[in-house]
Amino acid sequence: MDQTADCGRELIRTLSLVDNISESEKEKIRDQIVKDIYWLAEKIANESVSKEQIKTDWGEKADDILTSKYMGFPIMLVMLGGVFWLTIAGANIPSAFLAEGLFWFEGRLNELFMWANAPQWLQGILVSGVYRTMAWVVSVMLPPMAIFFPIFTLLEDAGYLPRVAFNLDNFFRRSGAHGKQALTMSMGFGCNAAGVIATRIIESPREKLIAIITNSFVPCNGRFPTLIVLASIFMGTVVSETYSSFVAAAIVVALVLAGISITLLVSWILSKTVLKGVPSSFTLELPPYRKPQLGRILVRSFIDRTLFVLGRAVMVAAPAGLIVWVFANIGIKGMSLLDYAANLLNPFAVLIGLDGVILLAFILGLPANEIVIPIMVMGYLSTGAMLEPDSVSVLRDILVNNGWTWLTALATMSFSLLHFPCGTTLLTIRKETGSMKWAVFTFFSTTAVAIIVNFIVVQLIHLFL
Amino acid sequence: MLLSNLPLKNSGKIIGLTAKGEQRRRLLDLGLIPGTTVMAKRKSPSGAPIAYLIRGTILALRKEETDLVEISP
Amino acid sequence: MGLTAKSSGFNVLKESFNIDIEINKPVIALAGNPNTGKSTVFNALTGLKQHTGNWPGKTVTQAQGVFTHNNQDFLLIDLPGTYSLLSNSTEEMIARDFICFARPDLTIVVADATNLERNLNLVIQVMELTDNVVLCLNLMDEARRKKIRIDIEKLSGELQIPVIPTIARENDGLYELKEISYKICTKQIKITPYKMKYSENVEEAVEKVLPLLKTRLNQISDKLNLRWLALRLIEGDKTVLESIEKYFFKLSKNTEGQVLSCGSNC
Repeated sequence: MDQTADCGRELIRTLSLVDNISESEKEKIRDQIVKDIYWLAEKIANESVSKEQIKTDWGEKADDILTSKYMGFPIMLVMLGGVFWLTIAGANIPSAFLAEGLFWFEGRLNELFMWANAPQWLQGILVSGVYRTMAWVVSVMLPPMAIFFPIFTLLEDAGYLPRVAFNLDNFFRRSGAHGKQALTMSMGFGCNAAGVIATRIIESPREKLIAIITNSFVPCNGRFPTLIVLASIFMGTVVSETYSSFVAAAIVVALVLAGISITLLVSWILSKTVLKGVPSSFTLELPPYRKPQLGRILVRSFIDRTLFVLGRAVMVAAPAGLIVWVFANIGIKGMSLLDYAANLLNPFAVLIGLDGVILLAFILGLPANEIVIPIMVMGYLSTGAMLEPDSVSVLRDILVNNGWTWLTALATMSFSLLHFPCGTTLLTIRKETGSMKWAVFTFFSTTAVAIIVNFIVVQLIHLFL
Repeated sequence: MLLSNLPLKNSGKIIGLTAKGEQRRRLLDLGLIPGTTVMAKRKSPSGAPIAYLIRGTILALRKEETDLVEISP
Repeated sequence: MGLTAKSSGFNVLKESFNIDIEINKPVIALAGNPNTGKSTVFNALTGLKQHTGNWPGKTVTQAQGVFTHNNQDFLLIDLPGTYSLLSNSTEEMIARDFICFARPDLTIVVADATNLERNLNLVIQVMELTDNVVLCLNLMDEARRKKIRIDIEKLSGELQIPVIPTIARENDGLYELKEISYKICTKQIKITPYKMKYSENVEEAVEKVLPLLKTRLNQISDKLNLRWLALRLIEGDKTVLESIEKYFFKLSKNTEGQVLSCGSNC
């Protein structure tokens, strides 16, 4: 049968010789073909379309403002801050409500285990380990996602995102990257794995890789809760309660801007070293604004994004909770494995403004970023169980009692922003690039960036304060 | 005159492309064919790219591309 | 009723395009420019009966879904959104190869009614490739708002294909779209689209190449649009030959009964 293939190749070879047209002649023909089709399209369109001049084109007016020299960037910042503020402020109440319900259920689960005379360790693993981690993830993540994703989809549907790419393109161009990277970064706010898949819209392989490697410098929904909680505990409380969500939102915006700056810097470094090359051609359509379909947005963002990301988080949270519980409860001479590991990491962690427990939490949080804070708390409390997430003041007390200052919070937020992407994102990178190489490269390069930035910032602050 | 030199809010007619190969194909397919009127619509607040009205669609192009398009004002 | 898998022509759908063909389930391809509401049309037609994956060997998303009309199931394949089929981006090659080699029973081109001219560019190219084409003129509400009036009959007469105005997000016109798809796939309507005539120098070059192609490719000439192939050859598009090799020869090993015997051609 291989003969068929050979025969095909032979046939193809002869076919490519059927014409004896020169290359320049071919180019002329090619130009003519495209031209002829366009002229026909124009002719038919002119004959069947009649257009009345309309007085105001609202899309044009909107673009005059949204992409204007002076208003373009401030509006983007306000939008970004507004989305974060809505997410933070709006998520508080449902979060507490969910936590209450889920932990009420935990009480019932405990009763059930006691009634069944189940062994203590089994109850510990399943309730304090698996269930509690899952409950934390759901109550902390679901409300912000249920708010963030629909707003984001709304902006996407209305057609605002291409304007963001248009506004920012020059920065990306100078970094040797593609303007559409701004779009893939926007997707990264929801989920970095989704952001990596979104890089499909970038045609050139070089610029696509840059966008993939740097995507996790945009904080995803799994890390937002960490950033938000720490920002509100350590920075938001300096002002009165009414403004704390504004301050927290402002801090998160500042972090995001830092993440974008680092993205541009790393993109530039990559395009000068590992991924050398000139920027490929760039075309971006600015489609007309469209009235978004609210109903469909709610359904789609809930099913496609919220449930998808949440389901994934819960799936990794359950086994992770189990393992961490075991780590925290099995020990030698009264010291848990978790403590041993934390002590081992501590000298290095201190250099970058963290402590052993925090660093260990980031490492154990590789499957999903949303369980980093729960693991941290488990490490601090020798009880080996996570606390209830609704009590922010309790969390603050635990952290402060373990030596946290605003600098620890800053270092933790910065490390969270810059460190290695989560397991799912790394797997997605492998899939999208077709090789393990780039997943490994991303892991090490982002972590190196996180360590370097943290080290410099922390040492500088130590020097001056 | 090159398309990249077309002042904002002005229009010009495409005379030819100096792009070659793949890039030429792409630009042609976007509607940048000789005889087409193009208008420079708006500039990104970061200074580039510039968005052009080309056959009913607003397309943002970088200078690298618009340097390859010749127009007559 | 001519509703058989064989009517999709060459049996390469499953292997090379990741699509499960079934007897009596016509395949409909959905093509269109980006930002025309193509995915809205796709969603409105298939509802929840859809799933997404990748085009084989490519990191380009493929969506396929099923819709039913008059008790007849149709398999709808969402092609990547493209302005054209002529430049060799991955998306355009996928769309082109699917229409050319998978030979769907029908191709619906979704067009933005507010920007007909640019969209017709793609419509004309699809009409060159295949006869069974329907134009779905979407976003009619936007066009109305922008005071754009389109003479549907005139347009349909010029292109010589059915033109269905729709507002996909309000499910407007989708019944008509399904009805015409049904009629075409059941061969109640035959479509012979307007065939593009090029400038003289192009047509002359085609005339020179065409007879040669006819003799060389006589075995697959009924499965391939030779005029279209000739056009690609004279404009120097090498990727078409690669695709022919891929879909007609490499894959033919496993598609029994479709193997091209070499015979005297070799």
